[in-house]
Amino acid sequence: MSILEFDHVSKIYNVRGAGRMKALDDVSFTLESGRTIGLVGQSGSGKSTIAKILTQLETPTSGEIRLDGAPIPRRGRGLRSYRQQLRMVFQDPFASLNPYHSIRYHIERPLRLDDVVPKQQTEREVRRLLERVQLVPDTVIDRRPHELSGGQRQRVAIARALASRPHLLVADEPVSMLDVSIRLGVLNLLADLQREEGLGVLYITHDLATARHFSDEVIVLNQGRIVERGPADDVILNPQNAYTRELRAASPDPENWFLSKERSDASKDASTTGGTR
Amino acid sequence: MPEPLLTVRDFSVVYDVDPPVAAVKDVTLELQRGEILGLAGESGCGKTTLAYGVQRLLKAPAVITGGSVVFHDSSGETIDINALDAEHMRRFRWDKISMVFQGAMNALNPVATIGSQLSDVFEVHRPEMTRRQRRAEVEELLEIVKVGRDRIRSFPHELSGGMRQRVMIAMALALRPQLMVMDEPTTALDVLVQREILRQISQLRHEFGFSVIFITHDLPLLLEISDRIAIMREGEIVELQSAEGIWNDPQHEYTRRLLESFPRLTGERGVVVR
Repeated sequence: MSILEFDHVSKIYNVRGAGRMKALDDVSFTLESGRTIGLVGQSGSGKSTIAKILTQLETPTSGEIRLDGAPIPRRGRGLRSYRQQLRMVFQDPFASLNPYHSIRYHIERPLRLDDVVPKQQTEREVRRLLERVQLVPDTVIDRRPHELSGGQRQRVAIARALASRPHLLVADEPVSMLDVSIRLGVLNLLADLQREEGLGVLYITHDLATARHFSDEVIVLNQGRIVERGPADDVILNPQNAYTRELRAASPDPENWFLSKERSDASKDASTTGGTR
Repeated sequence: MPEPLLTVRDFSVVYDVDPPVAAVKDVTLELQRGEILGLAGESGCGKTTLAYGVQRLLKAPAVITGGSVVFHDSSGETIDINALDAEHMRRFRWDKISMVFQGAMNALNPVATIGSQLSDVFEVHRPEMTRRQRRAEVEELLEIVKVGRDRIRSFPHELSGGMRQRVMIAMALALRPQLMVMDEPTTALDVLVQREILRQISQLRHEFGFSVIFITHDLPLLLEISDRIAIMREGEIVELQSAEGIWNDPQHEYTRRLLESFPRLTGERGVVVR
């Protein structure tokens, strides 16, 4: 079942002195529940415009977005329930949690606001959610964000996103600020949750390697347009579009690097000029 | 013939808090002239403390508790960095060793043009230069890093992230130092810009012959830019060898674990369990 549909969506900004800037140009895609779409592209490609439209920080200039088959409501109860269906996980776990509040508060709030569980069950639900993201409730629940590591904070942010039992998770570079060594743990957690809860995930990133492993389908954006799309392995391993190939060539790829021409050229330079003063 | 530039022996740093934290423990390494040495490890492993420590850039509660750092100047002089007094240290910094800081995109002064900020370096370290000479140097630097001399009057906010990072590299290059320490210089940039900056660092290194200590936790990237890589854990270097060796024949169990922890762009699937 499709949970999210982008139907010929465009977003045009009027930039003083520069005329009209097409941030999104006729973008259409469908996300099924239990599936992950990786949205990749460089800065300015329109990835974040999509996230902004989904969170209603921006409205599209034309086109329609449907969640569970219905257009995004503009106000009132409908908007509230829309926001309950769609939750975000942000890039910076240091900035997305409030330093004044305990971890308990962060997760209680969406539970209360959306009446997810009866009030007397709130505490139990908070603990369940923390366990769900592989944190030990007793050790973190009364702490504040600064007492946790980056990876733990991102897990709290995920637990908070799950609290209102959404159908769709928009994860905007959720691991790019984390240590390489713990990225995998957080991605695996997201993959587990997605499988077990049947979540649809929109994974926004410029990192092709994680996009490939984490997504079912990859959509490549360049200057607001979709330039390539398809199953993750096909797009990343065998890119057809010139821009996708450029992205692929720029991504670190140690597997091929040690065989590559650029490297042998670089070390040739080093042997002729290296050691000079 | 390899020629050492910086010799670090039994170097230790302790954060004097309660209880004291040994951040760097008896690190010994020799950096060669013209080489790019990668320093990798997780957050808190001591890589930044080590790189700052060898330039005596740490402030309390960090205390250098032991070891020596010797800089082999291109003039043939041997400089014991721990023995320099404050004035000599001030002159030494940036002239011999410069830095590109983490989050360098935000390290520029938002209310001064990039030209005047680059010019400051010469005003402080080369007081004998005339205004005209300084301007010529700044223009040349902007050309070298491919920002272009016509941006001399630009303010930081008028430049893209990649360009600001190039300005930071220009600033680090200004006095033609023999060593540049780069702390996560491309972490905030997207892949295409990151690749351009890495190419530029590699090319400038060949052109000017400086060495680089490149700090990052991004091992895939480090494998591509470095000649040799030191893997740090809990304040110690657990493995130090050529980038190719780290990739093909890692000796330490921790190195193998780090290598297994990142998703491969083209390698086998299955790293993320789905």
